[in-house]
Amino acid sequence: MVIIKVRFHGRGGQGVVTAADILAVAAFKEGYWTLSFPMFGAEKRGGPVVSYLKISEEKVYDRDEIHDPDYSVVLDPMLLGRDVVLGLKGWLIANHPSLEKAKERTGWRDTVAIDATKIALEILKRPITNTAMVGAFAGFTKIVKLNTLKETVYEWFEKKGEEVAKRNVEVVEKAYKEVEG
Amino acid sequence: MRKVVRGFYAVAYSVKLCKPNVICAYPITPQTEISENLAEMYANGELENCKYITAESEFEAASILVGASATGARTFTATCSQGLILMSEVLINAAGMRLPIVIVNTNRALSAPLSIWNDLQDSMLLRDSGIIQIYVEDNQEVHEMIPQAYKIAESTMFPTMICMDGFKLTHAYEPIDLLDQETVDGFLPPYEPPIKLSIDEPLTFGAYAPPHCYMEFRYKMHKDMLNAKNKIEDVFKEWGEIRRDWGGLIEFKEGKTVLVSLGSLVGTMKEVAKEMGLGYLKVRTYRPFPYDEIREALKDCDNVVVFDRAVSFGYEGVLTIDIRNALYGESPNVYSFIVGLGGRDVPKEVMEDCVSKVLSGRAERYRFEGLKDFEEVTY
Amino acid sequence: MRISLGAVSRPLESLNDKTGTWAVMVPRIDRERCIGCGECYMFCPDCCIEMVQEDRKRYAVVDYDYCKGCGICSEVCPANAIEMVEKVIE
Repeated sequence: MVIIKVRFHGRGGQGVVTAADILAVAAFKEGYWTLSFPMFGAEKRGGPVVSYLKISEEKVYDRDEIHDPDYSVVLDPMLLGRDVVLGLKGWLIANHPSLEKAKERTGWRDTVAIDATKIALEILKRPITNTAMVGAFAGFTKIVKLNTLKETVYEWFEKKGEEVAKRNVEVVEKAYKEVEG
Repeated sequence: MRKVVRGFYAVAYSVKLCKPNVICAYPITPQTEISENLAEMYANGELENCKYITAESEFEAASILVGASATGARTFTATCSQGLILMSEVLINAAGMRLPIVIVNTNRALSAPLSIWNDLQDSMLLRDSGIIQIYVEDNQEVHEMIPQAYKIAESTMFPTMICMDGFKLTHAYEPIDLLDQETVDGFLPPYEPPIKLSIDEPLTFGAYAPPHCYMEFRYKMHKDMLNAKNKIEDVFKEWGEIRRDWGGLIEFKEGKTVLVSLGSLVGTMKEVAKEMGLGYLKVRTYRPFPYDEIREALKDCDNVVVFDRAVSFGYEGVLTIDIRNALYGESPNVYSFIVGLGGRDVPKEVMEDCVSKVLSGRAERYRFEGLKDFEEVTY
Repeated sequence: MRISLGAVSRPLESLNDKTGTWAVMVPRIDRERCIGCGECYMFCPDCCIEMVQEDRKRYAVVDYDYCKGCGICSEVCPANAIEMVEKVIE
């Protein structure tokens, strides 16, 4: 049984938990079994948060944390360091304006960088980078289709109002296409 | 209907289907979202014939439920850790008054040092309280356990506590086959208490019992708790017929070496057992303790490896004490590994390592596994 | 690893936690415009503004190690001397 393991790094308030959850729902819609869960540091805005996502074709029984992720997704540029690539087997998907500097901070060769903060500030007017990073992850890995993801994101944010939902969909699409190149 | 939901919602939704009359809880991580979800359902008018009461503390929440339950209301609360032990004074009374309150405990470590993360020290501390304790493996099981817990509580007249691991389950977001109202209604009849408190008929619950009669009350309570095993099995069987068979008081797979655990660690334990060709035993009902079942299952194996997540300070792992006692006079070697305290992760490798220690004869009677090197200093 | 008997900790250990890394926007104080009134000093929720006296001029200085970039200082400044700018990401 192959399990795709993804680890998300960010801070309380950036939507780290939501990022993993949105992808869990989207991957479930694509027919996968998914399990996502967070690991909080302290429960406060700004405190470091790690969230895990397991995507598999069969039910996932293991509930241990992810120590050897296939992907590491980092929502905050200031968190880029050795920690986020610990045990990493595949790609680092980083929020950073510069690919070179992101690589320098982590020492990780297989890195994709996207300026998610910029996209978020531009469209959401707030530095909440989760949807942009979700879009980037999907655009790079193609595990979930753009349309499925857009639909999921819309449904997720619908209860916060149509405007918020639409803007987040826009963020996802922009990030998806930017990473896809 | 299969939907991806968080553990909190799996609990709250199931509680809603059981049509409780009084819900009362005080927020504590990692329980809060269960009561938040229920409060939202209440505010939206989804909970008919129900009162959601806010409390100033866990002590008050439990006290309100004792009163409510005595009047014949179906009651629900959720808590954990310091909250559970603050409730314990009242809950132990509820056990003696034989009030069928259903509690979901989202297992969390006890202070000090302060920890919001998961282990089983909180519920294990209430082992001897006269509260039925059931441990669940995943969110599907907790979702389906809630109607069963009401039936168990109301047919045995004991408070019943479902223990689900904090964070590992509560915060997990996974696909759940949600129950429907019809299934639950068909399974769980409305609560008809044998005796109830009302304005027309004033009563005292939990009255004064001097030495000439106290012991009889407690003996009867113990007998009823032992008999509850049969009732629990019946309820599990009935659920198995209408929905899904989750097994009885224990879930057991034979092997020369058998791994034993409860709660969310069972998933990883089963995987390890499968990969290494070992047996496993999942304890579903911890109190009443399935003594005969466990003794029968384990008496002929060579090694029993218990993964404990609570410590009896000055002795050993709490579950191990019970397992060892169940095997008194039998030949298996019982090894205790204390793991995962305060949310320390228990990956497969740690379990495999424990097993290889046992198989190569390097295991001790008990051991804290996954410790780091440390030094203690005084300030 | 070191642990302490009774999980005792000394005060100010949280100083090691440089919460300033959270900021996306940070305040930039225009020293010419600053009138040294101390309004920002009073309002800063993280106590990371210090009033400095230099000859006859008094002005505000930000401790970027702990500034989370909430922007309250910029909002309350009566002299419009504080501008919120995007933090340079290294």
